[in-house]
Amino acid sequence: MNRTWIILGATSSMARAFARAVSQEGAGVLLAGRDSEDLAALAADCRLRGARIAEAVAFDARRPDGFAAIIQRMEAEEGELNAAVFVGSMPEQAAIDADPSLIDGTVTDSFTGPARFLQMLAPLMEARGGGTVVGVASVAGDRGRLGNYVYGAAKAGFATYLSGLRNRLTRAGGHVVTVKPGFVDTAMTWGLPGMFLVATPEKVAEDIQKAVRKKRNVIYTPFFWRYIMLIIIHIPELIFKKMKI
Amino acid sequence: MLWKSADYSGWGRVLQAKGEIARPERQAALAALLDDGLLPAMGMRRSYGDAALNSDGRAVDMTRLDRMLGFDPETGILDVEAGARIGEIAAAFGPKGWLPAVMPGTGFATVGGCIGQDVHGKNHHHAGSFCEHVVSLTLRTAKGVVEVTPEKTPALFRATAGGLGQTGVILSARLRLLPCKGDVMVVTERRMADWEEFIAHLDTSRATYTVGWIDATAKGAALGRGVLEEGETGSGLMPQRIKRRKVPLDAPNFALSSPIVRMFNGAYYRRVPEKGRTVVRPISDFFFPLDKIHDWNRLYGKRGFHQFQCVVPLDQAPALRDMLGEIAGSGLASPLAVIKRMGPGRAGYLSFPMEGYTLAVDFPDRAAARELIKHMQARATEVGGRIYFAKDSLARPEEIPAMYPELDLWRKEVTKADPEGRLATDLVRRLKLRVAK
Repeated sequence: MNRTWIILGATSSMARAFARAVSQEGAGVLLAGRDSEDLAALAADCRLRGARIAEAVAFDARRPDGFAAIIQRMEAEEGELNAAVFVGSMPEQAAIDADPSLIDGTVTDSFTGPARFLQMLAPLMEARGGGTVVGVASVAGDRGRLGNYVYGAAKAGFATYLSGLRNRLTRAGGHVVTVKPGFVDTAMTWGLPGMFLVATPEKVAEDIQKAVRKKRNVIYTPFFWRYIMLIIIHIPELIFKKMKI
Repeated sequence: MLWKSADYSGWGRVLQAKGEIARPERQAALAALLDDGLLPAMGMRRSYGDAALNSDGRAVDMTRLDRMLGFDPETGILDVEAGARIGEIAAAFGPKGWLPAVMPGTGFATVGGCIGQDVHGKNHHHAGSFCEHVVSLTLRTAKGVVEVTPEKTPALFRATAGGLGQTGVILSARLRLLPCKGDVMVVTERRMADWEEFIAHLDTSRATYTVGWIDATAKGAALGRGVLEEGETGSGLMPQRIKRRKVPLDAPNFALSSPIVRMFNGAYYRRVPEKGRTVVRPISDFFFPLDKIHDWNRLYGKRGFHQFQCVVPLDQAPALRDMLGEIAGSGLASPLAVIKRMGPGRAGYLSFPMEGYTLAVDFPDRAAARELIKHMQARATEVGGRIYFAKDSLARPEEIPAMYPELDLWRKEVTKADPEGRLATDLVRRLKLRVAK
């Protein structure tokens, strides 16, 4: 089966691990992001690991004018089309408190930008009658917390969008996997205090691949975050609003 | 965040450091970081002692800059970022019929680390050292990014190969890979009854890959007994899949007490049938036997451990036998002990290899073990041998010039490449490597 993945936000370490994993299985990868030099290096790496094709593609969540060209590029590939979304940005909450206009960018990067792209891609996937969308949301989206509620809100919006998209694509033979990573050892979390049970990007990529194969709907990675979040979600608001976690 | 405050150590876990570490994921981020001044680079920290430590200072972790950038099947030359791991390269290229020409005992070692220590492998007697297969490398020195090759910049190349990262930050390298038949190994294992038999077989072995496990607790007539492994690459045979295991806890100290090690070693020796055997193994199993057990350094418990590794010239085999006798008599060794015959191949001023025999033995960290290792280091120096910086945590500065006669040439180049001494590590300071007398 000729398989192609568009990977949005491919310079992130989770995306890199995922791109390598699907490359090893011989899929084609279109690596989308802003740092073209870095994407070129990753494309070379993916080719050497077995990717059928590997190309760098210019993508900026805040510049939707460029989306159509990417969709066109995808259309040129025969067979199954898939998308994995790793984009998102998390300014420190204090920075947002000081400059509320940062909310716009955070929501665009983490939610509306990729949602708009997927909305443009959906008809093509329906026409091909299959394919999978992997959307990386976050445990931060399960409940708004003092430390990062703007980012959390954006990811919650994205998760809800993915749920709806799953409802739509399933009818056409496609599938959507919502991924909620806990703490992952990436540049975003490097050196942050209070990190525990940190997963490697490779472990997350492995979990995502497994979820794609098994057509899982919503996964937490590592799995135990489902239970951690279950507890956090069920803390009564009366208590939660006074907590600092 | 850019900087992470961390307590970290080398593989042996005895020497520790506290400092700030950055781990860029893109070349642009690394370049921006180094614009403020050079920093010592570290990889997977598989060196046992303090080669990758910078106490109370800053360092840059290269492990996320790990991509393979290009490969030319005509020449077999692979362009790769310095943070890439040797085992990853072997896994990607073995099935295509290529392998890194030289592979150290762990696949977790990075390309940058292999260059900085000019590592050797089980084929050193044929293939030489790692850096003899480095066609060129890009190096960020105090003067900016330079291309270093053995032909055009021979002095800087020789100072960088095995140069402990003191000439600059290695960004990427072009490595000449070696064609291989496939990604399995056909391995012949034979018992060696004693030292004389072992040395005789090491001298006459024609195999491409040779390594000996030696029982460092066997005394008397059994002194020097062990198992000789000879390997060739093969294809078409499917070896069983490797199961990876983890060491979840630091082992208690008695786990490596003398009677237990003696018992284990006896069983390990008799595991190979008296008449020997030939088995097929996955490549990673043969080259990186301990990588299957993640964090195996925890088996030594919280106290950590040392590895003593020296090489002595060919005609000093009897001296090495005496040293092994002392080790066996002490009852301090762990099961991990390796002997190998080395060829003359070395690429740098501070490269470890010399034509002769190398012995490596692990010891749990105890006062008596430290004394024994220091004594062994003095013995190795006396007979014209040297110790390996990748393993050392106990050598003394005054021993180094005799072991490494090209030290002054190295110093000259290092001073040029990093005049402010920003790249100095704990090892370099401990052994006063950069201080000319």
